[in-house]
Amino acid sequence: MIHSLFLINASGDIFLEKHWKSVVSRSVCDYFFEAQERASEAENVPPVIPTPHHYLLSVYRHKIFFVAVIQSEVPPLFVIEFLHRVVDTFQDYFGVCSELMIKDNVVVVYEVLEEMLDNGFPLATESNILKELIKPPTILRTVVNTITGSTNVGDQLPTGQLSVVPWRRTGVKYTNNEAYFDVIEEIDAIIDKSGSTITAEIQGVIDACVKLTGMPDLTLSFMNPRLLDDVSFHPCVRFKRWESERILSFIPPDGNFRLLSYHVSAQNLVAIPVYVKHNISFRDSSSLGRFEITVGPKQTMGKTVEGVMVTSQMPKGVLNMTLTPSQGTHIFDPVTKLLSWDVGKINPQKLPSLKGSVSLQAGASKPDENPTINLQFKIQQLAISGLKVNRLDMYGEKYKPFKGIKYMTKAGKFQVRT
Amino acid sequence: MSGSGLSYSEQGGEAASELAQEVVPTATPSAPAAFGLFSSDTKKNEDLKQMLESSKDSAKLDAMKRIVGMIAKGKNASELFPAVVKNVASKNIEIKKLVYVYLMRYAEEQQDLALLSISTFQRALKDPNQLIRASALRVLSSIRVPIIVPIMMLAIKEASSDLSPYVRKNAAHAIQKLYSLDPEQKEMLIEVIEKLLKDKSTLVAGSVVMAFEEVCPDRIDLIHKNYRKLCNLLVDVEEWGQVVIIHMLTRYARTQFVSPWKDDEVMEEYSENNFYESDEEQKEKDQKVKNTYTMDPDHRLLLRNTKPLLQSRNAAVVMAVAQLYWHLAPKSEAGIVSKSLVRLLHSNREVQYIVLQNIATMSIQRKGMFEPYLKSFYVRSTDPTMIKTLKLEILTNLANEANISTLLREFQTYVKSQDKQFAAATIQAIGRCATNITEVTDTCLNGLVCLLSNRDEIVVAESVVVIKKLLQTQPAHHGEIIKHMAKLLDNITVPVARASILWLIGEYCERVPKIAPDVLRKTAKTFTNEDDLVKLQILNLGAKLYLTNSKQTKLLTQYVLNLGKYDQSYDIRDRTRFIRQLIVPNEKSGALSKYAKKIFLAQKPAPLLESPFKDRDHFQLGTLSHTLNSRATGYLELSDWPKVAPDPSVRNVDVAELAKEWTGILGKTKKEKPTEKFYSESEEEEDESSSTSASESDSGSESEKEDKEEGSSDESSGSSSSSEESSDSESDSKESTAKKISRAAAESDSEDIKKKAKGISGKRSPSNSSDTESASSEENSSDSEAESDSKSDSESGKSRNATSSKKEEKTLQDRKAPNKQDVFLLDLDDFCPVTTPVAVPTAAVLSPSLTADLEGLSLSSSSVIDLKKQTMFSWLWVSLRMILVSLLYFRIIIFEAPPKIQLCS
Repeated sequence: MIHSLFLINASGDIFLEKHWKSVVSRSVCDYFFEAQERASEAENVPPVIPTPHHYLLSVYRHKIFFVAVIQSEVPPLFVIEFLHRVVDTFQDYFGVCSELMIKDNVVVVYEVLEEMLDNGFPLATESNILKELIKPPTILRTVVNTITGSTNVGDQLPTGQLSVVPWRRTGVKYTNNEAYFDVIEEIDAIIDKSGSTITAEIQGVIDACVKLTGMPDLTLSFMNPRLLDDVSFHPCVRFKRWESERILSFIPPDGNFRLLSYHVSAQNLVAIPVYVKHNISFRDSSSLGRFEITVGPKQTMGKTVEGVMVTSQMPKGVLNMTLTPSQGTHIFDPVTKLLSWDVGKINPQKLPSLKGSVSLQAGASKPDENPTINLQFKIQQLAISGLKVNRLDMYGEKYKPFKGIKYMTKAGKFQVRT
Repeated sequence: MSGSGLSYSEQGGEAASELAQEVVPTATPSAPAAFGLFSSDTKKNEDLKQMLESSKDSAKLDAMKRIVGMIAKGKNASELFPAVVKNVASKNIEIKKLVYVYLMRYAEEQQDLALLSISTFQRALKDPNQLIRASALRVLSSIRVPIIVPIMMLAIKEASSDLSPYVRKNAAHAIQKLYSLDPEQKEMLIEVIEKLLKDKSTLVAGSVVMAFEEVCPDRIDLIHKNYRKLCNLLVDVEEWGQVVIIHMLTRYARTQFVSPWKDDEVMEEYSENNFYESDEEQKEKDQKVKNTYTMDPDHRLLLRNTKPLLQSRNAAVVMAVAQLYWHLAPKSEAGIVSKSLVRLLHSNREVQYIVLQNIATMSIQRKGMFEPYLKSFYVRSTDPTMIKTLKLEILTNLANEANISTLLREFQTYVKSQDKQFAAATIQAIGRCATNITEVTDTCLNGLVCLLSNRDEIVVAESVVVIKKLLQTQPAHHGEIIKHMAKLLDNITVPVARASILWLIGEYCERVPKIAPDVLRKTAKTFTNEDDLVKLQILNLGAKLYLTNSKQTKLLTQYVLNLGKYDQSYDIRDRTRFIRQLIVPNEKSGALSKYAKKIFLAQKPAPLLESPFKDRDHFQLGTLSHTLNSRATGYLELSDWPKVAPDPSVRNVDVAELAKEWTGILGKTKKEKPTEKFYSESEEEEDESSSTSASESDSGSESEKEDKEEGSSDESSGSSSSSEESSDSESDSKESTAKKISRAAAESDSEDIKKKAKGISGKRSPSNSSDTESASSEENSSDSEAESDSKSDSESGKSRNATSSKKEEKTLQDRKAPNKQDVFLLDLDDFCPVTTPVAVPTAAVLSPSLTADLEGLSLSSSSVIDLKKQTMFSWLWVSLRMILVSLLYFRIIIFEAPPKIQLCS
């Protein structure tokens, strides 16, 4: 399956290579560089590139290209999904996944990669198991290791690998037993010129951080499970129980994991929590245009909208913008023509606005398209779909865990056409 | 072989291929000062060597870490081989691991020295620690030294019967490695694969199927006996294994089952007869169902067991199931995958790309599947261009009379996009919509004409090209547009667009008799500066005008032809010569010139505006070949459905194993242990008060039970009508399962089986402690339903009703039971069969896998539980009332069991 893996940074250097079968010369990456050159932007590089003897499958994350070399037919998603899992694992191990971090921890990276694939076929990809095989580096452990001479490498086969709950490591012990669940919903929407919604959907996930001793068995039930239209589970969730009772019943992995991701059924009307009033006009005669945006809350169920950020890609003809925001800071990059305005919190009494003029290239005719406005925002303590967790119960262990549930609504791909 | 490219020299000196790119030299150890220039490097390696030879583990470890760092950067560290290989037997596990990493990288280049390490691995293969055994096998099989092939073969054979499933999994991986090292071993390896395919461990299943796919994908016959097991294990296999197994089973099913896409009486008849040749009573029923297609129960089993995997978090698994449904399911059922595929669109860009490609292919053939999700494909300005174009493609495929107006409004926005490449693609899409949906052709055409006044040249050019194609489809009444376009000619500079306009004017010159000659005049003036493409069209225009309107254009045409005669491009000179001979009458011109008009002004068929994804459907969805639209190396063709299904009995497992799987049914039918007992008992669990009915049915005659069953089911069915519907829809397939079973029952000896049943009930214990997955429990219910079916089949015609009502009841119980009993570790229906010996088969199906999983651990704990359970069984026989008690008891066991088992490891 996967022959080799090359990690390539933004400037086109191969800074790590790993081979699981015979060595594939790194000159194979030239085909990749060629494709990269052809695609103007990094994200336009095709994920699958055929070369005379190999196929290059790549993912682009954290400004690093992870390029897998394969030699024969394989489901492309298999490789792509695996590469994403590799990135997730690195992130899990080192906190961030960056070139510097990988270079600093190259030995651990190598050991982890060695465990994740055998002969190009995934072997252990559960982070709980990997962490038992190879302990993530921490400052404390490094110190201890240098003194005692112990190692980061486990010498026992993680029992999880063999048990019926392969995702959970055994012998977990905590003094404080806690389980936190974050219900995070994202609104993907396209709003048209006049402010009416063209399409809007809600995607949600439940991320969990479970630190419980022993082998707890949890059940999580919802007040309104009917809202969930399409769900995908972490392997620990008992599918049958969900099918019959709409209850999430599971033995959780240790630590952070994504329990569930869901899609709220399309029938439910999506409440759009913010609105954007805009007035952007370019005139044919003069080289000046007008620009005005106001952002305001709408259907927020009394919660504050925070972390608002407005970005907009201006047409090529725009030379510069002179704008004054009523709050927050704004930047216009004359090279990429990207305007970004960091608004912050929305105060309903005094709506934030950004006004000013746009100077256009002299002589050029006015751009015939108006820029789209991308919006980011956060609303704490609100799940916009109305999803509510009813209760969380734990069985199988004696102690009383501390339980916490947090809701949040975010903008996903939230776009306003002008 | 791939290794041959790397040169191997005696002293382990220069690995030439590496040197080509690396500056670091590999001086031979004997002459370290040979390259003065790079002496610092050699020195560095020298101190690494010293560190490796030191007695301190920490120094060794440091050295190894630096070496691994070198390997990672792609620097050559092969000269350190002798120093490194000495440490292969290090006590420190991290040093050992790093040495393994080094060995796997360089052993191929330094084969002789690598042999030094072999004995260490051979010793490690006998280690009591399974992790060490496994990793020894992994490294041994990864070092690609041809001399050790026999050793590897032996090690693989031994490991394939190892107690630990983890070691067996590694053996499966080693098979592929050995095969790529020495294909001559194929036959022997196939034997090992055959053995490992029989393995019941979920850990092994994925890896061995991978080995199968790599070594002998054509040996379909090896799958037969394991087909049902693989289907049942599928849900419990790790996600990567699932992908491989699903793809393999897709290919398998295509060769073994008949097409569910059309009714074919003959086939149907055949399979029916095959099942029931001995059963007289069935004949009646056969008559009734004959005219409809019945799916092979094994085919249904596959579809049913893969469906829950659509909920997987792994995009590759979802895609694999989607393609399985696309290629195998009846057309009416394939729709269930669309929702899950649309969900994947919220994933990363790369996943989106692949999924959208597959949706594009699907949406061409079956529009209906994705129509409800139209809005999910709307384009955002932040999408990468490749995603935008794919979405556009899908939107175009989905366009129909109902949604076209919304779509066109959406397209309007896209045309204005800043991404001009995408705007051009949108115009193409509008053109396709216009040809496909005749109602909107005029609207589209008007819209495109408006775009002709767009400021962007690419947009205008693309519009011209599309309008040209559209006009060709209905040229009758568009003189105005042609005139409009003729005016545009002055401003447009894009060659394709200019050429298109000229061609249009030439083709319809009789409709615009006044303008055409003028256009020719203008273009004749600019001829020399035009692009080749345009020049050719000017010549064409001239020729056509000469033929229709020679009075006005004779001189002009000759002028153009003269210009063409001396053009730089031979293509144009050629064309000029050809046209001149054809249209200008002279004594040499042959008979052809008479037909010149017919030749030039023939009716030309309108071009078809087709999707670029049209031709991809002959590749299996979700494969690399489909993504690339060309055959990738190692692509395995999906065969067509067979006309006549191959003998389905090949999948029957022989008596001993069959017994394991279906014991319960057989034992029961022989003993006349009533099927209903199963239900009444589980019913009792659900509702304590009904326990009396259960005991009655135990003693009563068959028919009484039947009645009882009907009565009770009626009660329950009232409360849940929804469950009825669902079970009804599936009843067909279940019937057939039952039929198969009854046949199997006839074949086999009941005594033998009863014995087996006991053995299994003992073995089953670990399953209680486990977290039972949906597949096995689904299998549960279907089995038990099957039982009831086979029972009722042997009775009168009315049994049909009873059967279905029983099913309803069963599903109802499934749903209710867990609520009442408040069981957390297991779904109640998973172990309600355990309370009665009748239900043995359900557990038997799932237990082997789990027991196998636990084989690596000590077996003692399970045997303890065994004992407990057997005593419990005897209680059950005594009194059904005791079930409640035992249930409580069970709960205790369940809660205690998992930690116990873990401790054993």
